[in-house]
Amino acid sequence: MALLQISEPGASPAPHQHKLAVGIDLGTTNSLVATVRSGMSTVLHDEHGHALLPSVVRYLDHDVVIGHEAQAAQSLDPVNTIVSVKRFMGRALHDITDRAHIPYHFVENDSSHGMLEIKTRAGLKSPVEISADILKTLKIRAEKALGGELTGAVITVPAYFDDAQRQATKDAARLAGLHVLRLLNEPTAAAVAYGLDNAAEGVYVIYDLGGGTFDISILRLSKGVFEVLATNGDSALGGDDFDHRIFCWVLDQVRRKTSEFKPLSEEDTRLLLTKARQAKEWLTDNHEANIVCKLSNGTLVDETLSVNQFVTLTEHLVNKTLSPTRKAMRDAGLSISDIKGVVLVGGATRMPHIRHAVQAFFEQEPLTNLDPDKVVALGAAIQANVLAGNRSDEDLLLLDVTPLSLGLETMGGLVEKVIPRNSTLPIARAQEFTTYKDGQTALAIHVVQGERELVSDCRSLARFELRGIPPMAAGAARIRVTFQVDADGLLSVTAREQTNGVEANMTVKPSYGLSEDQITTMLKDSFGAAESDKAARMLREAVVDAQRLIEAIEAALTEDGEHLLNSDENEKIRQHIAALKALCQGTDSHAINQASDALNHATEDFAARRMDASVQKALAGKNLDSLEL
Amino acid sequence: MQNYFALFQLPQQFAVDLALLDRQYRQLQAEVHPDKFVSASPAERMQSMQMATLANEAYQTLKQPTARARYLLQLQGIETDEENNTAMPTDFLMAQMEWREAMDDAKLSKDVAALELLLSDMRQQAKALQHEIASEIVENPTQAAQTVRKLRFIDKVSEDVNQLIAQLED
Repeated sequence: MALLQISEPGASPAPHQHKLAVGIDLGTTNSLVATVRSGMSTVLHDEHGHALLPSVVRYLDHDVVIGHEAQAAQSLDPVNTIVSVKRFMGRALHDITDRAHIPYHFVENDSSHGMLEIKTRAGLKSPVEISADILKTLKIRAEKALGGELTGAVITVPAYFDDAQRQATKDAARLAGLHVLRLLNEPTAAAVAYGLDNAAEGVYVIYDLGGGTFDISILRLSKGVFEVLATNGDSALGGDDFDHRIFCWVLDQVRRKTSEFKPLSEEDTRLLLTKARQAKEWLTDNHEANIVCKLSNGTLVDETLSVNQFVTLTEHLVNKTLSPTRKAMRDAGLSISDIKGVVLVGGATRMPHIRHAVQAFFEQEPLTNLDPDKVVALGAAIQANVLAGNRSDEDLLLLDVTPLSLGLETMGGLVEKVIPRNSTLPIARAQEFTTYKDGQTALAIHVVQGERELVSDCRSLARFELRGIPPMAAGAARIRVTFQVDADGLLSVTAREQTNGVEANMTVKPSYGLSEDQITTMLKDSFGAAESDKAARMLREAVVDAQRLIEAIEAALTEDGEHLLNSDENEKIRQHIAALKALCQGTDSHAINQASDALNHATEDFAARRMDASVQKALAGKNLDSLEL
Repeated sequence: MQNYFALFQLPQQFAVDLALLDRQYRQLQAEVHPDKFVSASPAERMQSMQMATLANEAYQTLKQPTARARYLLQLQGIETDEENNTAMPTDFLMAQMEWREAMDDAKLSKDVAALELLLSDMRQQAKALQHEIASEIVENPTQAAQTVRKLRFIDKVSEDVNQLIAQLED
């Protein structure tokens, strides 16, 4: 493990030191890590020269194997070798409709709505832990290649991921010891890589068909501003489904020939799925594919699949991508002639019939000059470089949207929409509610995400109770519920009783996510069992956070301390900094965290003044001469 | 509460130079967006999120004519009260009913083209009402509030038509 860098007390690190920041594409099938080096976004390779890390994790008794080695073992050890774990992120068991074809031992979580778990020989594993194992591998790869500890990472997620799936991804990064600079939508990342490479201006469509997810995003590119106009998709549709169609076709053929066909073993299922994937890839450049293998019961499989058969088998899947495409176009209020270019992203877009369908829909040849497997990671690295504060020639601003509407359950199981889909982030909306009965002192709030009118047709994100409402006549209380979606697309909800000022502010974690306790336990588990290790880990985290805070505030003081603060105010903040620095030399992590909070609190006024100054600066020097009415 | 027009340094009136609004909005977000504050203190990140949220809200309000008119009236202390005040002149109600009937017919015959035509018809109606608002808002705010309510009606029917088209295309 890399050693923590601690500078001498009072000496802050060099101000323009290049920060090590990476972009990570955590994919269903493959994952990648990229960084900006000498101004160029580059994918980092492992010691064998591989750019793609198969998103496959195999659990052994006392070890875990990730990537190609795990992939090679998946037919031998299907139960303990997890592929496509991304499909299970933020999902409960009943969400996985095709689990009959998946060879894992799924376990329903204890809590009524919790995320599913998978039973392996190394014990129960949450999709978050499995994803964290993939992220750790990429982190180590990057730190080896870059020769130092990472400052932070941008991690990409499908644009159509809901709140639970996003939260799960962020939790996985935290578990892997990564500082998340931002969750970035995959099509937006692709647009950044493509747009900056080609100096593109105008409206572009990103058609992103990955291993397990489909996204369509429509963006307006103009002078370094990437504005998402609309997004849509299907977070359970991808290249995997094309494999499944071939798999089912092979089974049908075999059943037709064999009178008594027994159910497939887990090993055979995995073997046939692998053969199906290989056949799909082969058909990209060939007219027919042979699928030959011997099952464990002795049955010999020997089938030939033609391109035409494959196209017929999967036509409905291709059409399934066009429906979200039409919806996104309609939401953006655009017609085909407004589209300057269509960029293809994701390995599954290599299938010729996908390309033909996209070309026919948009009446133009799609752009494929960037590797569809790498473009997302390359874009994420560019954004990471900018967010980490490294100097960048181009000013980059990403204005992304929330993919799904957010709402609350009202009487009769209906949804009251609070934030409509395709709202630019960050966004906040408040809604007022009242009591239903005389003397009612509590109110149940149920937050859902989705486009349908009935609660039962939407995804349940969270339920919580607002208590302590003063008893009043029915309809007299005024309860204001505020939804805030941040730049990562993550939701927090606060509720407040207006008339008597009873406040019940709370941040809501999705019901399908992990609780703070679960994450803490996982963090501790991952760090060995010894008490001293746990304490060391907590101290280390506290010191890193404190130093990050001190660095940020010292930079702000250097910039604006002179003219936005009087000497007393300035001195007070510096005293807090000195106190925190002194504590960082010690071993009391609790005291360090408290002092960090105190320092942050002491700078709230300063932060507000700096923000006002920023707003003034943004529009300074602009007069109204150019106004045309 | 910050005045949205003042935030973008635009004159407080119904006519808005949309290209200028776009530019001012982008310039403001380029300074205040949370992406510019990733390594800042939690206090500054909170400020940034609040200001970027306000900029988005203000931009969306001023960009859409109905929302802009509603906001201008609110600044004058006039609530448009669209949820409760649904009294409309007869000719407007008749037009409404015709739209709804055309929608039902198109639904039965699955005629997307007819729905597109209906949308463009409603867009023209909305345009005409927006023209009225520009002067009403200065000369007769009460009348303007009624026109906003009419626009809200049209927006609602348009939303339903759009949803129906999406259904038919699925």
